[in-house]
Amino acid sequence: MTVHTLTIDGVERAGVEGQTVLEVARESGVEIPTLCHLDGLCDVGACRLCVVEVKGSSKLLPSCATAVAEGMEVTTDSKRLTAYRRTIIEMLFAERNHVCAVCVANNHCELQARAADLGLTHIELDTVNPALDVDASHERFAIDHNRCIMCTRCVRVCDEVEGAHTWDVMGRGLDARVVTDLGMPWGESTTCTGCGKCVQVCPTGAIFEKGRPIATTKVTRPYLPYLKTNSQEVSA
Amino acid sequence: MTDLVTTDGVPGAREADVDKPVRRSRRMTGPQVVGHARATAAVCQAAGCLSAQSDQVFEEITAQLIADGVTDVAVKRVGCLGLCAAGPLVEVPETGELFRQVSPDDVSDLVTRLKDAKPVETKPALEPFFSRQHRVVLENCGKVDPENIDDYVSRKGYRGLTRAVTELTPQQVIDEISKSGLRGRGGAGYPTGLKWATVAKQPSGEKYVVCNADEGDPGAFMDRSVLESDPYRVLEGMAIAAYAVGASHGYVYCRAEYPLAVQRLKAAIHRAEKAGYLGAAIAQSTFKFTVELRLGAGAFVCGEETALIASIQGGRGTPVPRPPFPAASGLRGKPTLINNVESFASVPVILREGGEAYAQVGVGKSRGTKVFALAGRIVNGGLIEVPLGIKLRDVIFDIGGGVPDGRKFKAVQTGGPSGGCIPEDLLDMSVDYESLLAAGSFMGSGGMIVMDDTSCMVDVARYFMDFCREESCGKCVPCRVGTTELHMMLTKITEGRATLADLVQLESVAAMVRDTSLCGLGQGAPNPVFSTLRYFRDEYLAHIVDHVCPAGVCALSGGESVA
Repeated sequence: MTVHTLTIDGVERAGVEGQTVLEVARESGVEIPTLCHLDGLCDVGACRLCVVEVKGSSKLLPSCATAVAEGMEVTTDSKRLTAYRRTIIEMLFAERNHVCAVCVANNHCELQARAADLGLTHIELDTVNPALDVDASHERFAIDHNRCIMCTRCVRVCDEVEGAHTWDVMGRGLDARVVTDLGMPWGESTTCTGCGKCVQVCPTGAIFEKGRPIATTKVTRPYLPYLKTNSQEVSA
Repeated sequence: MTDLVTTDGVPGAREADVDKPVRRSRRMTGPQVVGHARATAAVCQAAGCLSAQSDQVFEEITAQLIADGVTDVAVKRVGCLGLCAAGPLVEVPETGELFRQVSPDDVSDLVTRLKDAKPVETKPALEPFFSRQHRVVLENCGKVDPENIDDYVSRKGYRGLTRAVTELTPQQVIDEISKSGLRGRGGAGYPTGLKWATVAKQPSGEKYVVCNADEGDPGAFMDRSVLESDPYRVLEGMAIAAYAVGASHGYVYCRAEYPLAVQRLKAAIHRAEKAGYLGAAIAQSTFKFTVELRLGAGAFVCGEETALIASIQGGRGTPVPRPPFPAASGLRGKPTLINNVESFASVPVILREGGEAYAQVGVGKSRGTKVFALAGRIVNGGLIEVPLGIKLRDVIFDIGGGVPDGRKFKAVQTGGPSGGCIPEDLLDMSVDYESLLAAGSFMGSGGMIVMDDTSCMVDVARYFMDFCREESCGKCVPCRVGTTELHMMLTKITEGRATLADLVQLESVAAMVRDTSLCGLGQGAPNPVFSTLRYFRDEYLAHIVDHVCPAGVCALSGGESVA
């Protein structure tokens, strides 16, 4: 097992070969905000919230998908990074409908929590906010695309852990949506096992259990003992 | 895929023809030539001229020559002759004549000229469009029949591959490429020799060579022309690369919007296999290499190498963070060499003539030649190849013939949606990777769109942002939402609804999108905004402060303020 020494925000840290910068930072108690990342699932580097500065690289790198290397010098926090992270959250708020007051996930939402952490008080960007569908055809669950931030955690947990691959992404750009079974209504899906893992990993109020606000949905994951979400920490 | 190409690569034989009697080939041949042809009519059969019925021109000339019993004039299908704006083109190489805008309804003049054409000792002086060019990659374009492998071989084709596999070790091949100074012609300009060496260094086992033919920049058609005019050249370059890095299988990833290129590639792969230049025992050696064709389904982002790999694997064409780079872990997790069409097309010459000979041309760290597609407000629109280091002014005014209709040149856009606009003041700059970058633009794959004073630069920036917004895959937030937000801001400016605060916001969001996006599409998307702000800030201010579009393009709504 090769151990690499690197510095994170000027402090020397040790990481094992194959570990990501994010893992080593969190082990060391350095918090880097994330949204699409979830321990136990593959990383896609999509939300860009966890980007860090690495000396010698002209580009910002996603800490969740960047492996540690010997002598790496990482900066996880700077004025520029904070501003960029805030803009990312602002863009997510501007993209679809995220009115917290009328959301099932109010106060139990990772998007809301990250916005608060980063001190985002208002949105300067013009909102896009298209009217999107709510698919409530499933017996127990529903998806409100207006709340979705395209983190693809549902896609990954369904594929990697449940092995059903009911969820996938359709369309591109702003028209990208998570879909069940090639775009069929969720209730008609022949692959969905009804396990509810997608509900458990959704960081916002996009995928939820019918008839229950997230606050009263007890987050128990006996079948996912190794999945730990930020929302757990938020609600704890 | 089957509706685009037939199994034997013969054009025209589609499903609708099933009922018709089977013919050996539907492809009409030229007149029967007895002995040595006194003159040849080389008829361009690339997409530009074909769209103006150059296939009928070919058939008409042939029919008239046969009817008149002429047996010493050949008629030949060739690839792109370059001067696309004046198509359909017919060249008579023996006399150096070039016939423009030949109509299939009226070829009698041309046929009369062909009948008494005599080879001349000294050909008429070429016009600057041709004389200022330096053709290396395009040496066969407009000379060879793109569907005839013997024609390619007769023009020194496959000498580079034969030399590589019979005389050189893979390391020597890589050294030759390194000596040539060739850099990635897809745009970023990464040293090709270094890339090959990285793939070659990976532990032996399954490796792949991939040709990126997913050309998607607006106004760019270099790769299409090369594939349509000289497909064997690209296959030869890929085979040499495969030998150098230790791969035995390759893919050409071509966009489906290029049906003619796909058809010719397919035919070329088939014929190269039959002739022993692909498949097992290439050039009587132990080296084997096979090539498969994959068609893109119309996504610009699939030109990004990791998205391209995902697409070849049958997945959704979305990029993944690098590292790991494809050279270490690419197609199916194996080391993969990805080069663009033009890079591969440069390789046969380097192996044939030597890397040092290739590096004779060029400037600084940019060696060799570059193919450009001239488009927009320019007299001689078409396909050109120039030595790197040539002055931009010479490209646009000598070769391109300047701006038509007596209008005033304003800017030239290079590098596609990730590129920038270069103003008149900088026309004396050298065309090379570093200079273009310093000028806030980008070499890119080689599109050059010339604009005159009827173009509004804010509108141009908005157009490219609209393109990126449409083509964003939607995976990462800064590109998915950021390009939309930037497009909304630019629209606001062109409609006269913006304030100076919006301009500040435009710049800060553009910087954020550039710095945080996952792949080159998002990172490059704000570039047209930065470059137009750098050189044409006054036009932005005219829209915002004076509510006037100096070029008269934008319909401004007037001075109402925006909430």
